[in-house]
Amino acid sequence: MSVQSVLRFCLALLGLMCFLSLFFESNNPQIIILASLIAFIGVCRLHALFSTKLIFIQHVQLDIGVSLLAALFIIREISSDFGQTLWLLSICAWLHSWLAVEKLMKGDNKNFPLLYSFGIPVMFGFWLLFFWEIITVGLEIPTVILPPPSMIGAKFLSSLDILFADFQQTFMKAVLAGYFLGCSSAFIFAVLIDKNDFLRRGLLPVGNFISALPIVGIAPIMVMWFGFDWQSKAAVVVVMTFFPMLVNTLSGLNSSSLIERDLLNTYAASYWQTLFKLRLPAAMPFIFNALKINSTLALIGAIVAEFFGTPIVGIGFRISTEVGRMNLDMVWAEIAVAAIAGSVSYGALSLVERLVTSWHPSYRLKNN
Amino acid sequence: MLFTIKNKIMPILAVLSAIGFLWYGFTIYLNSPWQIQIYEQASAEWSYFDLAKDTMAHERPVLPAPHQILSEIWKTTVKKKITSKRSLVFHSWVTLSSTLMGFLMGTIMGITLAIFIVENKAMDKSLMPWIITSQTIPILAIAPMIIVVLNAVGLSGLLPKAMISAYLSFFPIAVGMVKGLRSPDPILIDLMRTYSASRFKLFFSLRLPSSVSFLFTSMKIAIAISLVGAIVGELPTGAVAGLGARLLTGSYYGQTIQIWSALISAATLAALLVISVNIISQMTFKLMGMQKS
Repeated sequence: MSVQSVLRFCLALLGLMCFLSLFFESNNPQIIILASLIAFIGVCRLHALFSTKLIFIQHVQLDIGVSLLAALFIIREISSDFGQTLWLLSICAWLHSWLAVEKLMKGDNKNFPLLYSFGIPVMFGFWLLFFWEIITVGLEIPTVILPPPSMIGAKFLSSLDILFADFQQTFMKAVLAGYFLGCSSAFIFAVLIDKNDFLRRGLLPVGNFISALPIVGIAPIMVMWFGFDWQSKAAVVVVMTFFPMLVNTLSGLNSSSLIERDLLNTYAASYWQTLFKLRLPAAMPFIFNALKINSTLALIGAIVAEFFGTPIVGIGFRISTEVGRMNLDMVWAEIAVAAIAGSVSYGALSLVERLVTSWHPSYRLKNN
Repeated sequence: MLFTIKNKIMPILAVLSAIGFLWYGFTIYLNSPWQIQIYEQASAEWSYFDLAKDTMAHERPVLPAPHQILSEIWKTTVKKKITSKRSLVFHSWVTLSSTLMGFLMGTIMGITLAIFIVENKAMDKSLMPWIITSQTIPILAIAPMIIVVLNAVGLSGLLPKAMISAYLSFFPIAVGMVKGLRSPDPILIDLMRTYSASRFKLFFSLRLPSSVSFLFTSMKIAIAISLVGAIVGELPTGAVAGLGARLLTGSYYGQTIQIWSALISAATLAALLVISVNIISQMTFKLMGMQKS
């Protein structure tokens, strides 16, 4: 029995339950129509499993359409009372999406590569937010514990200026300065050290060990040394990003195989020629790995360092003060800023990596 | 044997001693302005030897010398009772217990997710991008908030801290396990198919055994990261117990030696945890009859 047939069966059952629950609850006409529609489609789909009539019911477009329609209705009705019909309908809507995804997986998806690689994750995110919204509103969870996404979105839009100021202080100043200083100095250090085999053997295990340490712990010390402004946060970021970059660059520089280095030797290539033509390009996957790890580490370092003392602006500062004032929607808006900043920088790095290391097997394999 | 000493241990020792040497240099350099001020106020005669000696004896130095930290650690571990609130062993135990609990939760979650992702293509497409996105949220930075909120719900003590650790440690495990479960050669999978092995059989006899080495590599990263999570999770709980609390009280009162001793014991703890995972992995490989990689 495949996942699809289980889903079909569940949908038919849930659709009927929606329809039945209409008799036990007073609902407005829109919901009655929607529930009847879903029950009808569910039964028809089960019928279509056994016969070739009603083939239109198996189209993916129908599943997506029904699920989005239902989701829209539910979100509109959410503020009024939230009965069992709406709960059942929400689950039905979600299962419709799942069925659509399963069908897309099975079918020939060469025609919609974009839908395939972007649409499905976006759909998952949409349902995540949807259930967050209906659970927080439907179960009346206090906003102090978990505000619904609609509230966070409203807060985000209404306080763009504060969010931007915080973003500028934490990301543009502390994170970027620290990230560039830490990564570039570690890179240069690694290239210099790589010439000396003895130092490399010593630094690789020690660096590996240090990058596993809770380096965020030095945040209070750095605040003591460099003062409250962004310089101390940048210092934390420098220390946090230095060792992952060092270790990865060192092991990347040694990732080219002996036979390749021998080939360059037979060409009588100088040290620098070998470095730029062979070893640095070969190290690029490792270096980008470190850059990606560091992009999230840097953000964490800067925000945590702000807990130990800051001027009155910054993501970390805002989070810690707004938690104290129980303004959880503002806190979540700041988290959204940090998450967007983190995802965008990660995505940008992945894109650059793709361009720089297009020769790497992990990218070539996907294209054929 | 001689080869290992010459090629592995000697370079490490050289680097470590260089770090120690630099550290002492910085201790003198960073603490000297304050010390010179003291000398001038007392209008005392001083030589550079005195300066070097006195900069390493401050009670609240800018940078404590390594031997000061070590003696503080010695004082707070061996000379204090374990149950005492000032004992570092007590604080380390608090941190360690939430680290281990979070690590266990994260490992189970990571493995479960990886199995779903490998066995179901829809899950792969919809979950994988979000697992990566989940790590771009600076959870460590919002850990204090999560702790406060969970406390408001009535969850307090070990569990909230462990949840932070679990959130951090599930990611390397999930990614590593997905890679590991997919690592068997297509030719081996085809062989299993010719035996008409069921999906379960294929999973337990081929995919799972070949993912073990990936699992242990990720576990080494995960346990270190879950220690970090536990330490940061301890920051906002009013500095009651744990290495994170020691860091926070140290920074409140400017007790640099206390901060550094907490940091060093956290580092030692991390090293011990990674080493013990390593030992377990060696034992498992031996039991499974695998070659040492």
